[in-house]
Amino acid sequence: MSQSHSFDDVRDLYQNIILDRARNPRHMHRMEPFDACAAGENPLCGDQVEVRVRFAAGTTVAEAAFEARGCAISMASADLMAEVVRGRDAAAMRSLAADFAELARNGVSGSADPAISTLQPLSGVSEYRSRVKCATLPWSALIAALDGAKESSHD
Amino acid sequence: MNANPKLADLAPAFDVERIRADFPILSQRVHGKPFVFLDSAASAQKPRAVIGAMSHAMETQYANVHRGLHWMSERTSDAYENVRDQVAALLHAESREEIVFTRNSTEAINLVAHSYGRGILKPGQAVLITEMEHHANIVPWQMLRDSHGIELRVAGITDSGELDLASFASLLEDGRVGLAAVTHMSNVLGTYNPIARVAALAHAAGAQLLVDGSQAVVHRTVDVQALGADFYVFTGHKLYGPTGVGVLWARRALLDAMPPFMGGGDMIASVSFERSIWASGPTKFEAGTPAIIEVIGLGAAIDYVSAIGFDAIAAHEAALTGHALSRLSAVDGLRIVGQAKDRGGVISFTLEGAHAHDVATLLDRNGIAVRAGRHCADPLMARMGVTSTARASFGIYTTHAEIDVLADTLVRVRSFFQ
Repeated sequence: MSQSHSFDDVRDLYQNIILDRARNPRHMHRMEPFDACAAGENPLCGDQVEVRVRFAAGTTVAEAAFEARGCAISMASADLMAEVVRGRDAAAMRSLAADFAELARNGVSGSADPAISTLQPLSGVSEYRSRVKCATLPWSALIAALDGAKESSHD
Repeated sequence: MNANPKLADLAPAFDVERIRADFPILSQRVHGKPFVFLDSAASAQKPRAVIGAMSHAMETQYANVHRGLHWMSERTSDAYENVRDQVAALLHAESREEIVFTRNSTEAINLVAHSYGRGILKPGQAVLITEMEHHANIVPWQMLRDSHGIELRVAGITDSGELDLASFASLLEDGRVGLAAVTHMSNVLGTYNPIARVAALAHAAGAQLLVDGSQAVVHRTVDVQALGADFYVFTGHKLYGPTGVGVLWARRALLDAMPPFMGGGDMIASVSFERSIWASGPTKFEAGTPAIIEVIGLGAAIDYVSAIGFDAIAAHEAALTGHALSRLSAVDGLRIVGQAKDRGGVISFTLEGAHAHDVATLLDRNGIAVRAGRHCADPLMARMGVTSTARASFGIYTTHAEIDVLADTLVRVRSFFQ
């Protein structure tokens, strides 16, 4: 992005990878068939996301996809999430969701999980308290899908 | 540059820089930038006169009201009751006895829904609202519907965001509507509703009319008698006063017929364990120690805006709104949600390629405060075909230069997300 926008101080939040994923998400489609699905909504802003997961064996993810109407942060977060959960089982996804929540809230995570480095560009939300929920919304929907709920109530 | 010089000329004495000097917070910087506050529709900033009146009361003249036999309580009661006269004058009410202090507009509407709704309306009757209501003028009526067998009807609005009077009239036709509840000015679209016509339609069908004046009372002269309203509610904090105080105005005959809302001290004439006798007048609806300091602050706010004068305020804001509509509609990819002919300084918009929250975050980093989201009006957002909007709203201290900063920054926001 050029200097002329003079939004340099928001580049920690809107890193190029975030803007790119929001504009051209790789995993945003209505996946069929699927084994688990849940919707999440942030009532404050109206962001909506539906996460679908297809398992290969047991709860190991073959593919994850989402449909969403939301801000750049929630879209990019959903897209990166769909990428990093592939090949993980339910326990590994729950653990990563907890690590990501920590990253989003604090800007750092003590986790040694290699997926955290993929998710690192979203750490900027920690400086924008009202935007943390945008980043964690898709993960809440994913956990709800694993729990078998139809809809996740975003905390 | 002024989009509407004629209106501005009506207010030669209106000096926005002098007004701004009365609001200490406006000299704050946010993220190192001058603070451009365009969120007055959510809550307005407070002039020194209000801040000072509240501090002064606590420092020099404070005790509980209506119960002390001592000098300090009597003085405090006088100060508190004096604001009832001020509110009556502000609303052009027939009598001070028609003014009830509440916590905010929401509580005032809930008061009517409980007291008038459960005490006067009969199961089988209907309450008629509109598609452009704030949740505060929807949810209390849904609760009444579910607890009391009242039907809830919703009048439509047009694509431009104006009340569809034909829809409104048709829903009154069967004569079962006991109460219509309509906003005076939309908190999302900026639309002013033609309340006098709405009142005439409601009354012709045998219904009373409640008007939610939360937004309108800030911007225009309100004359509840000329409007033909039966109930009118507003909140102090949008009128440059403190939080924690709101107003219900109702015709005296209605207040007299209505049962109390909450029970407790202050709202009774006498109490025994067998029975209690309600106090008369507005006191019946003011159980417990009221928001004494906040009511005094509201009085100072009314003094402040009255000294400026609503003609000058309305002219200033009409000029601002005209300027904003012309500047914003020139921003590529910007869509203004709501195109009512009679509208005020509340402008919701979407920006192509940028979500409202992203817009708000970028504006915030440039010191500009707007609201983004659904504005406590989910059904209206659905009706207008949007999931969220950004909203800029103006007050007496808003300048043309601030609107220029908004428009210029939005151009840059747009290219940031492109």
